[in-house]
Amino acid sequence: MNTEALLSNVPLLVVSVSAVAAGLILLLNRPGLSARRRNVRDLVGVVAALGKFALVLTMLPPVLAGGVVESAPLYIAKDIAFYFRVDAFGLLFALLSSSLWVIVSVYSLGYMRSLRYGHEAGFYAAFALSLSAAAGIAMAGNLLTFFVFFEILTIATYPLIVHRRNKEAVYGGREYMVYLLIAGQLLLIAVAWTHFLAPGVGFTPGGFLAETGASTLALQVLFVLFILGVGVKAAIIPLHGWLPTAMVAPTPVSALLHAVAVVKAGAFGVVRVTGFVFGPELLWALGAGLILACFAAVTIIFASLKALSENHLKRRIAYSTVSQLSYIVLGAALASPAALVGAMFHIVAHGYMKITLFMCAGAIYATAHKEYVSQLDGIGRKMPYTMGAFAVAALAITGMPFFAGFVSKWNLGVGAVEAGLPIFIAVLIGSAVLNVGYFFPVVFQAYFGRCLEPETHAVAAAAEPAVPAAATAHHNHPGGHAGQEGHEDQGEARPLMLYPLLVTAAAAFLFGVVPNFGMHFLELAEIAAREVTQGGLWSVGGGVSR
Amino acid sequence: MFDGVVAYYLTGYTNWWLIAILLLIGFWGIVTQQNLLKKVMALNVMQVAVILFFLNAGQKAGTTLGVLRASEKVGDVSAYVNPLPHALMLTAIVVALAITGVALALLLRVYRSYGTLEEPEVFRRMQQQ
Amino acid sequence: MTAHLPILMAIIPLLVGMAAPLLVLLSAPLARGVVLLAALATLGCSAATLIRVLDAGRAWHYYLAGWPPPWGIEYVIDPLSGVMTTLVSFFALAALIYAGPYLEARRALEKGTFYALFLLTVGGLMGMCVTGDLFNLFVFLEICSLAAYALIAAGGRRSLVAALRYLIIGSVAASMYLLGIGYLYVMTGSLNMADVATLLPPLLDSPAGILAVVLIAAGLAIKVALFPLHGWLPDTYSYTPAPVLGFIAAVMTKVSAYALYRIFYFVAEAAGPVSATLEVLGWLAAAGILFGSIMAIAQRDFWRMLAYSSVGQVAYIILGLAIGNSLALIGAVLHIISHAVVKGLLFFIAGSIKWQTGTRRIADFAGLARQMPLTMGIFLVAAMSMIGVPPLIGFFGKWYLVLGSIEAGAWGFVAVLIISTLLTAVYFFRVIERVYELDKLRPEIEYGSEAQGLPSETSETAGRPLRVRPGTGGRLELPATMLVPVILLGVSVILLGIYNELLVTNVIQYALPWRLP
Repeated sequence: MNTEALLSNVPLLVVSVSAVAAGLILLLNRPGLSARRRNVRDLVGVVAALGKFALVLTMLPPVLAGGVVESAPLYIAKDIAFYFRVDAFGLLFALLSSSLWVIVSVYSLGYMRSLRYGHEAGFYAAFALSLSAAAGIAMAGNLLTFFVFFEILTIATYPLIVHRRNKEAVYGGREYMVYLLIAGQLLLIAVAWTHFLAPGVGFTPGGFLAETGASTLALQVLFVLFILGVGVKAAIIPLHGWLPTAMVAPTPVSALLHAVAVVKAGAFGVVRVTGFVFGPELLWALGAGLILACFAAVTIIFASLKALSENHLKRRIAYSTVSQLSYIVLGAALASPAALVGAMFHIVAHGYMKITLFMCAGAIYATAHKEYVSQLDGIGRKMPYTMGAFAVAALAITGMPFFAGFVSKWNLGVGAVEAGLPIFIAVLIGSAVLNVGYFFPVVFQAYFGRCLEPETHAVAAAAEPAVPAAATAHHNHPGGHAGQEGHEDQGEARPLMLYPLLVTAAAAFLFGVVPNFGMHFLELAEIAAREVTQGGLWSVGGGVSR
Repeated sequence: MFDGVVAYYLTGYTNWWLIAILLLIGFWGIVTQQNLLKKVMALNVMQVAVILFFLNAGQKAGTTLGVLRASEKVGDVSAYVNPLPHALMLTAIVVALAITGVALALLLRVYRSYGTLEEPEVFRRMQQQ
Repeated sequence: MTAHLPILMAIIPLLVGMAAPLLVLLSAPLARGVVLLAALATLGCSAATLIRVLDAGRAWHYYLAGWPPPWGIEYVIDPLSGVMTTLVSFFALAALIYAGPYLEARRALEKGTFYALFLLTVGGLMGMCVTGDLFNLFVFLEICSLAAYALIAAGGRRSLVAALRYLIIGSVAASMYLLGIGYLYVMTGSLNMADVATLLPPLLDSPAGILAVVLIAAGLAIKVALFPLHGWLPDTYSYTPAPVLGFIAAVMTKVSAYALYRIFYFVAEAAGPVSATLEVLGWLAAAGILFGSIMAIAQRDFWRMLAYSSVGQVAYIILGLAIGNSLALIGAVLHIISHAVVKGLLFFIAGSIKWQTGTRRIADFAGLARQMPLTMGIFLVAAMSMIGVPPLIGFFGKWYLVLGSIEAGAWGFVAVLIISTLLTAVYFFRVIERVYELDKLRPEIEYGSEAQGLPSETSETAGRPLRVRPGTGGRLELPATMLVPVILLGVSVILLGIYNELLVTNVIQYALPWRLP
């Protein structure tokens, strides 16, 4: 395990770029700004996103070669350094969040201007700060650094949730803060206790708590505290209540933060805790792995069931997120090499897939002002590209081969077998079926349902379509329904909104075929999974007897 | 035997008992009296009790005041009372005086503003405004 | 000159304070200049002393008039007292700068009186921090308290009664403290702290020792506003004029907490009756933390809310003292600094809001963020620090306290700390929600009958119109002399948080007692 550490300031720069951008946006803000100045202000966000992405990319070669990128420690409390240590897993998350930020910052320009909510400067600034925090979480080298950015993320996303400033938004913000602050405090206890047990130790692949000699009961309580702390953000049932409520936020927020940054930070945290603090052996020795896996399975199924009955489009997608996040938790709990690969890759895959879905939902709202699934009949003919992207992403989430979701699902299945618990494969398959159940009707209705005009045709035809039918419908679409744009006053989404979601939809497909395209996500996941499980239960000869 | 112990503690420590009673009178007065001026007076009593405590601590049987006449030289220290508490208590008396002064000034203004020095009445008039 | 720094720190404010009323008669700007210069000089002395002590690696013992202890009065500067003096003098300067607009319209005599009383308070506090003699501590305690009573009473009619109550309660506390050190004197024959520290250990476990410890604890606990002896604080803080309040809320209770720390850990040792008393104080502190936070939630008046918040927050310090291991003590000292900065800042902001809009009720704060964006932004930072969001300074005080509690196995205290964080979030988010809402400002906000200026209450408050400036557009949202301290403190909150480790390892670590249990 040769991990040569490369000392560099890049991690700090990555975090600072967006923080500085946030400050700039606030400073450049004056009421009554000319349109040109406004463009400049909004562009600051996009430029910062590009810069950040570029910086993160520079860390890819050394990490792929098996090293880590470290920053010089800044001691922030006695005996604890505040430092960044970018290993493969951290880089994976950092690449995901920074690449998606570029896309979403373009998207949000289109979205916010369509809807004209006002006080955009605060919005973009908080957005930038949240991305700073997400990058910090990704690159954190020890628990305290992780915790610091975790809390900053909570606080930075609050203004985004209450952006609309109506009653619903304010109450949603309160619920959000209640969940996340309580979780943060529980995490604080866990972090402090861990520091007490093992002072000055950072994230170690394979965990470090086993050597502390703490009692089993203490470690179990500690594990519960950790999971409560990070699990709220990761939306494990029963801690998921805040996520559907958080959908009151504008869609760029839902897209990036609640599909990618905040919830993935939680899932990332779960994997860090199980893989880098406790370690697979300790996890199963405590019995915690099995229990966590069961909670994850329950979440996967129940959230999908709830999604079936949800009529509000964004909330349906939110429940789907809850369900998908628990794939990652499941993989982390199973803690076998393939399961970890699946979990880590799913962080990426789901990010791209879900963001496409949210951006489509937002485009639909901004362009046609439709929020509910029942209103979406026939909209596919007006917004064919948008719905096309939606369909691609839906296929990917279901786990169709040649789409991104399949790669992670396959690895999770293999991992379940490796861990000696093939029952969880049933969970995966069941979830796939449910995914079809709540996404495909939307696509079908959109393309084949009767149009939204006073013709109230029976829309009960949106029963579960046969999968091949939808697939062929999708394949027929590019040639078919073109030329419907400009119909009435709506039509296809603005380019600023359309192009980003097309890009991510394409990525959802591309990552399924070439998982290592561009950013080597699968390779990073494999390196990380190898690090975590090396020298443990799986070091010799694969397979485990429990 | 019981008489002996009690008598010993009662008579041998008379001074201390008196100081303690004074202290408690002062404290009782602060807590129970409604009139603000009486509270300040009780505060004074309490401070005097503390001052007496110190002075009493410095007393020695059969000694004289710790004042040296010009013609004398310092001889046997045990002939004099411990002068340190006296010096300290001069300071404490001045402090008590200052407190009383400020308190009286405040009382004067309270009286001018509210027309009364009874605490409940003052509060009532305060709420009304 | 530098050899006399310890005494200069206490003397300069006292002397200039006494000269101020005369200077004002000559020329008001001259007086203000001299006073500010004195505050700056005090700050300079404190900083220089602290640096010198840290460099030397041992405490600086200064004998007043050359009399060696235990006969003479000794001033001892170690890193702990150095930190406290720097804190006090920094806040003195900030409050004096902040008070500028409040004083402008006052008559000369009122200005002079204000400067005199303020500097007396500062001098008393500085003396309390540097003295190495128990009785000297009492004297300075009374000096600063008396001047504070008078300053508080200058806030209008309601503050008179509050000041009187504070006077009585505070004097009772000081008398109890005096009685306590009386017992110590009777037992050990000395009043010098270091001397008593060597003489006391074998004598501590006697009835006299127990009584001494309890009396001192009770007296100082009243001054620290520890639950349930906190009754004087909400009224006092509600009615004090803003610049005074920013200073008093920031430092007065902390200096009394410092005195408690000094006596219990440096003079006595944390064993026998002291540890029993500390345990009781610890549970009272835990109750106080919860009580303060809950009561703060129930308040509709912003100032009163901050006052109850102070009751809770100062109890953190006592909690740290009660837990007693080195991590908790570091947390306590760090929290002294953190709470002083944040609470001072919050009260300055509260004063600024009252100055600009005339209101103190939270319900009236709607839309304030548009009128005073910078101030409210800084308020956000301060609120986050108090809630305990890293990397602001407030978090780190809590971090060490939590660590200390875990190390001591005091899980109840950990729970109390966590719950109070959440409660703090509740009452601050209420204000934040109100402030950032986009409702229109209520048009005519009447000024309440309680004036918040200095001496006279019939002055220009009634005539000050409600300023509604829609945007910055070049004009500052507050008078510059009020904005500068606010910005400075706001920046400190962030910087102190990020660099708190430097503070801890270079300064606070040396502020620990040399004998820990």
